[in-house]
Amino acid sequence: MTIRVVKPGLLTTVQDRGRYGYAHLGISPAGAADGLSLRIANLLVGNAESAPALEMTLLGATLEFDEPAIIAVCGANCEGMMNGAAIGNNTPVEARAGNVLRCGSTTDRARCYLAVQGGFDVPVVMGSASTDIRGRFGGHEGRRLQTGDVLRVRKANQTRTRRLRADAFDVLQRTGPIRVTRGAQNDWFTADAFARFLTSTYTVSEQSDRAGLRLKGEAISTRDAKQLLTDGIPLGAIQVPQGGQPIILFVDQQTTGGYPKIANVIAADMHRIGQLRPRDEVRFNKVSMADAIEAVRAQERWLKDIFIAA
Amino acid sequence: MKIIPASDSSLLVVFGEAITKETEGRVIALFHALQARQDDRIRNLHPGYVSLLVDFDPLAVTHQEVGTIIESAVQTGQSAASIDPEVVAIPVCYDAEFGPDLADVAAHTGRSTDEVIRMHSSATYRVCFLGFTAGFAYLGGMPEALHTPRLATPRRAVAAGSVGIAGGQTGIYPTETPGGWRLIGRTPLRMFDPQADPPTRVQAGDRVRFSSIDRITFEKLVQGHS
Repeated sequence: MTIRVVKPGLLTTVQDRGRYGYAHLGISPAGAADGLSLRIANLLVGNAESAPALEMTLLGATLEFDEPAIIAVCGANCEGMMNGAAIGNNTPVEARAGNVLRCGSTTDRARCYLAVQGGFDVPVVMGSASTDIRGRFGGHEGRRLQTGDVLRVRKANQTRTRRLRADAFDVLQRTGPIRVTRGAQNDWFTADAFARFLTSTYTVSEQSDRAGLRLKGEAISTRDAKQLLTDGIPLGAIQVPQGGQPIILFVDQQTTGGYPKIANVIAADMHRIGQLRPRDEVRFNKVSMADAIEAVRAQERWLKDIFIAA
Repeated sequence: MKIIPASDSSLLVVFGEAITKETEGRVIALFHALQARQDDRIRNLHPGYVSLLVDFDPLAVTHQEVGTIIESAVQTGQSAASIDPEVVAIPVCYDAEFGPDLADVAAHTGRSTDEVIRMHSSATYRVCFLGFTAGFAYLGGMPEALHTPRLATPRRAVAAGSVGIAGGQTGIYPTETPGGWRLIGRTPLRMFDPQADPPTRVQAGDRVRFSSIDRITFEKLVQGHS
């Protein structure tokens, strides 16, 4: 079956859980900015959790189905309408042949994910279906979707769907500070500077994208003016360039960089970074490495526990 | 050698505070030793000038276990470090059209453009690491006489294959991107091809030599690759 793009929305791309194993060639992981919502959307429609799905940003797409399909929308609320009738997030929905799904502007967060039973059929490049926007490869023709694109969907191996337990939603909408651990060059900053970073409220700037979220707020400076020799950047690193305004490096980031990294977003909170919009406020809370590891393990246990058979 | 936790999913192995052949060699030796292990709990390796970032799946392996793997790889890496690196030949056309900053580099270094070309194409370079964009190789070993600061204002678009100089570094833009390096020539070779295996022409630890080619050879090679 195929899905035709009637309107592409602001920035809609095919993403899976990302491309790993190529950072030494300068290739960033790409993948869903909110990997947790991608996984849940896939699991709801009975896919493998890493199946290729659509990531829509701030303004969703309008899509036409040529055959019946089972879909699920997760992540930000984009007030999806199937042939004019509201569909909810986080639940499997049937599309009939000829139906049109219209996703609007996201009302609460930045990105929503549309999974379709069977998964989108795009070539696997370097082990992943994810679109690398800057490198122009992966996903659908290595680019964001455009009006008139026709996306192929794989035939599903099985057609069982799932539902989410009602108490799962609270966790998905968690607010509060983003948890971080110390970054590789945390000792380049005074205890005072790190404390100011942790007690300040930052605003996500308009100049933010999947490669990095630029923050505006309290400027942070290093102890002295020494220059960092370019080194590898972990996902979610928070680097501080000369101007002192931190940048969270994200899924489309450069694999190496030359600015000191004060902190790093923990793996369990990475999906929340993918849901930040320009002008959103963000605060950080420092946790221990042990707590960070426990948080990601707890998240995996939670994910295995939230589904019930539909 | 210091092993620093960089995140809940990575360790940064730092070999020193200055770029020397010795620290570069140790980064590459560890990079190769870890690559050879093909341990799928390790997701990514990011070589830098004096460090290697080891990114792993925190659900599959702990910092401590990865630390032990790194220490054992450092041992095997040292014994394998004598292996001759691959030398990759890269033809470059240094025509003024491809090297709009060649005259500036000549002026800055007090050499003629011919001398700049001769010096640039007679050195053997070390691929320190790839970064910035897919397939962009940072090359060490440029003659000191050619060191030239980068442009004050980066160009909005630098053509794929452009060869540039920034301070003591030289490198090749694999795809069209914005960039601030001084452009002195262009290679007809495709440095990055996502469909190829491997997708890049060079990787960290390789050696590179440039050879000066004329415009006709450049055009022939471009056609041969398209």
